[in-house]
Amino acid sequence: MPLNCDQWRFKAEGNMNVHSCVKATIMLLIASFIGLALASCGNNDDTRKLVLTGSSTVAPLAAELAKRFEALHPGVRIDVQTGGSSRGIADARSGVADIGMASRSLKPEESDLFGTAIARDGIAIILHKTNPVEMLSDDQVVQIFKGTIKNWKDVGGLEAPISVINKAEGRSTLELFLKYYRLKSREVKASVIIGDNEQGIKTLVGNPNAIGYVSIGAAEFNVDAGTPIKILPTKGVEASSENVANGLFPLSRPLTLVTKEPPEGLAKEFIDFALSSDVHNLIKQLHFVPIQ
Amino acid sequence: MFQFSSDTILFGVLRLCAIAAGSVLLLVFVFLVVESWPALSNVGLVRFFSDESWHPAGENGLFNLLPMLWGTLFVTAGSVLIATPLGIFSAIFCHYYAPSWMARVYRRLIELLAGIPSVVYGLWGLVVLVPLIRELQPPGPSLLAGIVILTLMILPTIALMADAAISNVPKQYLHSAAALGLSRWSTIIGVVVPAARSGLFAGVILGTGRAIGETMAILMVCGNVVQTPSSLFDPIRTLTANIALEMAYALNDHRSALFFSGLLLLLLIIVLASLAETVRVRGEVNV
Repeated sequence: MPLNCDQWRFKAEGNMNVHSCVKATIMLLIASFIGLALASCGNNDDTRKLVLTGSSTVAPLAAELAKRFEALHPGVRIDVQTGGSSRGIADARSGVADIGMASRSLKPEESDLFGTAIARDGIAIILHKTNPVEMLSDDQVVQIFKGTIKNWKDVGGLEAPISVINKAEGRSTLELFLKYYRLKSREVKASVIIGDNEQGIKTLVGNPNAIGYVSIGAAEFNVDAGTPIKILPTKGVEASSENVANGLFPLSRPLTLVTKEPPEGLAKEFIDFALSSDVHNLIKQLHFVPIQ
Repeated sequence: MFQFSSDTILFGVLRLCAIAAGSVLLLVFVFLVVESWPALSNVGLVRFFSDESWHPAGENGLFNLLPMLWGTLFVTAGSVLIATPLGIFSAIFCHYYAPSWMARVYRRLIELLAGIPSVVYGLWGLVVLVPLIRELQPPGPSLLAGIVILTLMILPTIALMADAAISNVPKQYLHSAAALGLSRWSTIIGVVVPAARSGLFAGVILGTGRAIGETMAILMVCGNVVQTPSSLFDPIRTLTANIALEMAYALNDHRSALFFSGLLLLLLIIVLASLAETVRVRGEVNV
């Protein structure tokens, strides 16, 4: 092994003991590294592997499902990689991934693929409980988020400035919200930007004049827990898990697993598992709505 | 084959530990450079400071980091400016004016303050401070809220370091000052503070480092709107908050740009640390 041990010699003492001791330690380290590398490379022939790529909205759910699936099926390894819905669909088509993940339903030009919705994601507009405003039209929401309506009295509320709570760039909730209201990210004039749902709800509770939007699952959980927020309907449809599950609620989308052929083998097992009622608690944990 | 004496074993282990500790910074640096490389080559260094805004997701991302760099600098400078005199004067009070029982209680309190997790400060800021500021001027989450929270967080660091630095002033100095008939206040200003200078400065630098790096509390009270603030009541976003907010969902150049902002932070801290080192060395020569 081309290892120059001289540089490790302790100059003040320079005796052989130190030298060989250090040498031994280094050898031991190298040996353990090689051991580790071999262990991780060692491919077990019994291992069955499933690769999922695509939407970063579906990925956290898929990763949790995969964890549980692996625990139930020893010898199965599931790889979940993110990269957006379009990558998920492209990878499923090209065969790079066994299953593609998309946070939308398949488009007509993708009818050569097979999609299975495993859950739905919905967004609720939320206000503070003390805010007298009971509903907002889509146009009013757009104007509030664009900053053209700045005061609650313009939409039938009290004389008070509106604070807009927006989501951070890259969040799927933001993406769906912008898409539904046909807004561009840079058009939104926010006064607070938040990361996850909980932070948004806490910010809203601290500011009765604010308006925000969060996943319906998170909003319902907080209303049940007595948090002083209220959920507004969208286009007259009540924002509830049921209306998301039955597809009535407009501000929602399906989380879809995509395969090239009708699912079979391990892919079918995994998709069936994702649809089973055993995983409903997992889906709800991530603030998505299970499909009945 | 080997003859181990306890000394040689200890030497080997100690040297390994030192190498491991030293290489961590190097590894972090290399990692940050490697991860931010795609953004640096695709977007280019200039665009991080000249783009029209920060909208990094999607096809034609915009990558201006300047508003967040300003956010970090303003909130840090504000809190250090307030916490430094508070910390140093409270340490002086505790040493030269307070009765000993009060000084003891005070030290315990400051130590306790230093141990509170930052998310607790953040939560307090979110439910108490931000609504108070909103009464003054909406929306509430603001540069001011960030400065107040950070001041509370770095005050103990500065106060404890100042306390230690003042304790280390040699007793002969004080006796000589007393012999010269200097008043208590002249002794403090003319003798204690200059003699403890390097320690006081180290405390300020340590506090500044903590302020720059703080994420959780800032994320909760500053509003996180990407803009260069024009008043104390404007919401701001710091570089650290930006990383925490967006990393989980960032892809490609966006992700890489976030690593670049991490690299910027690391460089800021390195500059600070070397500044502290220079002052410390000079301080030792003078005393």
